[in-house]
Amino acid sequence: MNQSAPNPAPVLALKGVSKSFGAVRALRDVSLQLFAGEVHALAGENGAGKSTLIKALAGVHRPDGGEVLLDGEPVVFHGPADARDAGIAVIYQEPTLFPDLSVAENIFMGRQPRRSLGRIDRKAVHGATAALMRRLGVDLAPDRPARGLSIADQQIVEIAKALSFDARVLIMDEPTAALTGGETARLFSVVRTLRSEGAAVLFISHRLDEIFELCRRVTTLRDGRWISSELLEELTEDDLVRRMVGRNLDELYPKQDAELGEVALSVHRLTREGVFRDVSFDVRRGEIVALAGLVGAGRTEVAQAVFGVDRADAGEVKVAGTVLRPGSPTAAMDAGLALVPEDRRRRGLVMDMSIERNIGLTGLGEVRRRGLVSRALEHDRAADWAVRLQLKYNRLADTVGVLSGGNQQKVVLAKWLATGPAVLIVDEPTRGIDVGTKAEVHRLLSSLAADGLAVLMISSDLPEVIGMADRVLVMHEGRLVAEIPRESATEESVMAAATGRNERAAA
Amino acid sequence: MTTTVEGPPDTAKAPERSAASLVDAVFRAREISIAGVLALLVLGTYLANPLFLSDQGVKDLLLNASILVLLAVGQSAVVVTRNIDLSVGSVVGLSAFACGKFVAGSDHGVLTVMLLGTAIGVVCGLASGALVSFGRVPALVVTLGMLYIIQGIDYWWAQGEQISASDVPEAVLGLGSGSVLGVPYLPLIALVLLAATAYFLRGYRSGRELYAIGSSPEAARLAGIPIRRRVLAAYAFSGAVAGFAGALWLARFGTVVADNAHGWELTVVSAVVVGGVAITGGTGTVWGAALGALLLTTIGSVLVVLKVDSFWQGAITGALLLLAISVDRIVNLRMTAALRKRNARHDHGA
Repeated sequence: MNQSAPNPAPVLALKGVSKSFGAVRALRDVSLQLFAGEVHALAGENGAGKSTLIKALAGVHRPDGGEVLLDGEPVVFHGPADARDAGIAVIYQEPTLFPDLSVAENIFMGRQPRRSLGRIDRKAVHGATAALMRRLGVDLAPDRPARGLSIADQQIVEIAKALSFDARVLIMDEPTAALTGGETARLFSVVRTLRSEGAAVLFISHRLDEIFELCRRVTTLRDGRWISSELLEELTEDDLVRRMVGRNLDELYPKQDAELGEVALSVHRLTREGVFRDVSFDVRRGEIVALAGLVGAGRTEVAQAVFGVDRADAGEVKVAGTVLRPGSPTAAMDAGLALVPEDRRRRGLVMDMSIERNIGLTGLGEVRRRGLVSRALEHDRAADWAVRLQLKYNRLADTVGVLSGGNQQKVVLAKWLATGPAVLIVDEPTRGIDVGTKAEVHRLLSSLAADGLAVLMISSDLPEVIGMADRVLVMHEGRLVAEIPRESATEESVMAAATGRNERAAA
Repeated sequence: MTTTVEGPPDTAKAPERSAASLVDAVFRAREISIAGVLALLVLGTYLANPLFLSDQGVKDLLLNASILVLLAVGQSAVVVTRNIDLSVGSVVGLSAFACGKFVAGSDHGVLTVMLLGTAIGVVCGLASGALVSFGRVPALVVTLGMLYIIQGIDYWWAQGEQISASDVPEAVLGLGSGSVLGVPYLPLIALVLLAATAYFLRGYRSGRELYAIGSSPEAARLAGIPIRRRVLAAYAFSGAVAGFAGALWLARFGTVVADNAHGWELTVVSAVVVGGVAITGGTGTVWGAALGALLLTTIGSVLVVLKVDSFWQGAITGALLLLAISVDRIVNLRMTAALRKRNARHDHGA
């Protein structure tokens, strides 16, 4: 707080920082410098190590090697509180608020202004919150609970929190991912104000146009490694993509052309009140259909209703012409549906069980001998799939928890492919896995489709959607708003539909 | 945009204000409705048997409720952090017996006995709290284990021995039976502790942080709240209150055996939940919990007065508990939906 004039030394910097989680090396020798009065972009694909880097700056993770420098001095953050006391505010992609507490309490938790005897000065808390909201130009009552706030408003609360302790460094992790155009514009004007007041901002976004619009410099990460730090005005979008990807796109998205067969999955007017409405689409054998949209658009919910995890209020699901009994995953599996869920740690795998047992879960009936599960048959079945998917492991009896994210995902895929499905639904199949494994998963999906499997792929990763899908369905606020064929699918057209900027794109 | 009935749609402030007051109303509604049920219950019983509200009747009711109210206050501090303390019943038993042993045939002062009871409780609470917060063992398992361990120690120590009122000094018994201006000491003590805890939980940073931890442990961690220290403190507090209640138990009844307050832990948790402290943490007040405790005690007394078999008490407590949890769940869903709708309206109106 002692200097606010133009300062050549970075406010916050990372020098040669490394961080591993078990066998996964999330960051290797990464450096970054944030200067006062400047918006700095952090670019990189999913799994490049951006989140780990942020958490190292925020005091959530302690680096294994290298150092964090604050005003040029090495510091060690023992927890988020240390980072906050150093003036570092982090706004996560999905804000973490206290749903039961009021907006004002969320902002000032642990730092409430106090009166005599250490009592919280409620009036001051309330007044300060109202002042912050005026400054941000939004109308949120300080005493309403955080429960039920839209994601945009939740982010406003987080920003207000950062403002409330005069953060010198503001870190924003994909803040625009779930915002509409108007909300994004509002956010940007707030960020510009903060910048002009001398804050250092680290901005993460997968939308290149936003990076070029808002930021001055960019640091690129790939596979946990530092690639470059440079001025954006000297770069084109293509340059930046090349740094992020580091290889040709067709290598990463090895889409094979497949012969389209008859309709394998047909969803007709599926509705779940308050979540999604009137969703109809078909997926043919050999086809990869992507379901795109913003976080919260209802894509995962549609997949869960199709598979019968959630019961739909109206509409029907047909697999190979037969109507599925609603609300029954068992019926869905019998009909040849498989669902690889979004959250593999919580819903895709039993983390404490071995690799072979996880793969075995979907086929306990097949590996039965005289009514008991045969360990030998289970092992053989798992070994077969482990080879087919090139799983990297020590022993099949190891718990899945020790595998890297990419290999865990392969176990989930093996578990479901072992059921011999006719329709495969994959929800964010490559989230949080390294680029190498990602390409393998893509190659696998592509060859499965070529063999006649119908694939419905939910993904927030736009290059993946564009690169892999034969057709892109786009959801916006619980409705299917666009169907874009492969030829005309671009990041812009998908994004426009996902943010509701056009009501119906190319029919 | 003119379909709103609740408030004037012309200002953007209006829906926001009413959202806040809606939430306020819901929480107050819980306490008011319990108080209402309580009033109806008391009134109905009084009409059936006027002796119920005699001086002695009211006094007995308050005395009976005091210890449960105290325990409910301690339990609330733990439950708002999304934890539970099942060991409180056995702590009361151990503390009561230990205090009884301590004073038997001696002339120790009231204050010493109270301090001893509280200290025993603090030790027990710290043991549970350390395992839950630093050992990261689920609270249910830890405190269930503590329940049996403390009970075991108590039985082993007592060996069937009983401390009778004649062994307990008059000064100590006087605390249990005496009164000021006709109001017995015990309810006054409970009320003072209740008010102090309520004030602390509402008006101090560390009090609010307990709610924050229960509302979202992840957010609490990111907000830099010392979660483990706070949870440990909540357990120490719950233990201290239980130990103190054990000393009061001795003062109130004089006669103490090894399994005093056996099974009380579940009654306490029921009282807290009926009183609106969500078992999932983050919401509820100690006032509500105390009302819950008063309600459960009153039901017990009413059944006695109306000469209903006492086994019905368990069934009624169970039904109330299920009702309370269902109401919580429904209100929660409704409120979230209502707040969302207000949001949507607000966004489109802007």
